[in-house]
Amino acid sequence: MEMDRSGALLEVEGLHVRYKTKSAEVYALNGLDLRVERGEKLGLVGETGAGKTTLALSILRLLPERVGEITAGSIRYEGEQLLEQSEAYMLGLRGRRISMIFQDPMTSLNPIKTVGEQILEVLDLHFPGLSKAEKLGRVARMLETVGIPASRGGDFPYQFSGGMKQRIVIAMALIGEPELLLADEPTTALDVTIQAQILEMMSRLREEYGTAVILITHDLGVVAEFCDRVAVVYGGRIVEQGSVEQVFARGMNHPYTEGLLGCIPELDSRAERLTPIPGQMADPTVQPKGCSFAERCGRCMEICRTRQPEPFESEGHSIMCHLYGPGEV
Amino acid sequence: MYLVKYTIKRLLMLIPVILGVTLILYFVLELSPSNPALQILGADASAEQIAALEHEMGLDQPIIVQYVRYILGVLRLDFGSSWVSGYDVLDTFMLRLPDTLMLAFTATLWAVALGIPIGIYAAVKQYGVFDYGSMVLTMLLFSMPSFWLAILCQILFCLVLHWLPATGVGSLRHFILPALVLGANTLASMIRMSRTSMLDVLRQDYIRTARAKGASKAAAIVHHAVGNSLVPVITQIGISFAGCIGGAVVTESIFTIPGLGSMLINAVKARDVPVVMGTVILVAIIVGVINLVVDLVCAKVDPRIDLAA
Repeated sequence: MEMDRSGALLEVEGLHVRYKTKSAEVYALNGLDLRVERGEKLGLVGETGAGKTTLALSILRLLPERVGEITAGSIRYEGEQLLEQSEAYMLGLRGRRISMIFQDPMTSLNPIKTVGEQILEVLDLHFPGLSKAEKLGRVARMLETVGIPASRGGDFPYQFSGGMKQRIVIAMALIGEPELLLADEPTTALDVTIQAQILEMMSRLREEYGTAVILITHDLGVVAEFCDRVAVVYGGRIVEQGSVEQVFARGMNHPYTEGLLGCIPELDSRAERLTPIPGQMADPTVQPKGCSFAERCGRCMEICRTRQPEPFESEGHSIMCHLYGPGEV
Repeated sequence: MYLVKYTIKRLLMLIPVILGVTLILYFVLELSPSNPALQILGADASAEQIAALEHEMGLDQPIIVQYVRYILGVLRLDFGSSWVSGYDVLDTFMLRLPDTLMLAFTATLWAVALGIPIGIYAAVKQYGVFDYGSMVLTMLLFSMPSFWLAILCQILFCLVLHWLPATGVGSLRHFILPALVLGANTLASMIRMSRTSMLDVLRQDYIRTARAKGASKAAAIVHHAVGNSLVPVITQIGISFAGCIGGAVVTESIFTIPGLGSMLINAVKARDVPVVMGTVILVAIIVGVINLVVDLVCAKVDPRIDLAA
């Protein structure tokens, strides 16, 4: 198959996703644009409900059936339109070319199958040509790679601690050697010391396999440590993206990013209180005419309530805010 | 090794259960205004004859002594003999056990074999026509009294269609209707349990994980959902099977099957204490063993169940 090696690995354009429940329609993604280059480490940051997980599930086309629906937009992966592919194509893609690590390692493993079997399943699905012995060898090596003795492959998930389970989940995600890894808050459910270990390990493995990673998190510290680039999600859109340096420099930011950065304590400043972002996450059941952050924004202007801002770009740093228009800067 | 240990432990735990069952039963039966000696000898017996028989049977002893004697007999597998027929209780029980076991087994078997797939399919196709249909079916099966269902079946299959014999035993064909009727309730609970359990499992994160690995929806269901959904269902199978043995009392008398149920009913009517006691104890043992088997199977399916603990 001829693949377009020059373009981005993943290109998401104008993605709209809607959840239909009995009581309401929730607009989860509202025209989200995102580009991921090969081997890149992208941090996807935002509050709970901003649409981070929805994006990951959309890419894999695993949105909850009958509830979640992609209403507009396109997702191109290695030049292929994913939204137009057959389910059979997606089966070959999931776990092999794009893998996902879910938030809670406690519940993401099948409790009645051994962890070895569950890792092996990926090889059974995607490498049917390999011999049984070869597959088992790969599983054993993968377990060792994530720091679990291969002899424990016959153990069940309940026999492992949370951190070890997450290592197993990571082993499961990497054994197919995917080009893209969607890591949905992989460390949120773990305690801080384990978090650092897992991140360090992911970083090492990422180098080894050259996998691109979308690290979904609400922890800016994790992003600063792990990622090359950051994309900030608010109200189902990317409101700011740029390199870690650009975004964390606190030079020019989207007011929402400013708010997020204001929530991190700084060791060298004498601030006694952190500055929280006032108000609540925008109601996702209504589609605002203007900027979805307008209600909570300290620098909200007349235009913000009536018109969607266009992205303002400078040296790869893009901000979607009326403050930074062609006239203003 | 711990399996053997666990099995022995569980079997030993049956002893207090049986002591409890017999204790209650013995004293309740003692309260009933019957005179066994009179019952055995008939209304013409003289007072001396009655007193002599009472002495022989130990009925002139205090009730505690009688109870202890009875239990000591049970430990030697001596359940006494019927006050009505004079036959040995254990022999009669063993004679009638096969029909009842056969009935309860076939009833449970067809209900399980049909109920679990229906329940699972209904869950997978939740809110579909099949799902609603199966829910209406379970409601009907749950709410129909078994004697009524039995009569309806007899009218339809015997009187109208002439397909099956209405009563009696003798061939496998005789078991079809009783098993159908007896299993109806089990079928309903199997459908309900496996549907609920499956719906719960389908929402679990590990199903999504399996899909993200590249498993098709069907493969995720077969390899990851079914096994997990069966754990509570297996427990229910054990309860249902025990229930079928109890429920056989009604079904057997409608279809005139000479099993334990009809034996127990006749014994209760005739105040035949040894037969009632013996049957209840032996059925309690059977139910206890079934529960043990169920727990062993559950532990086999779900590694989190730790029998050693």
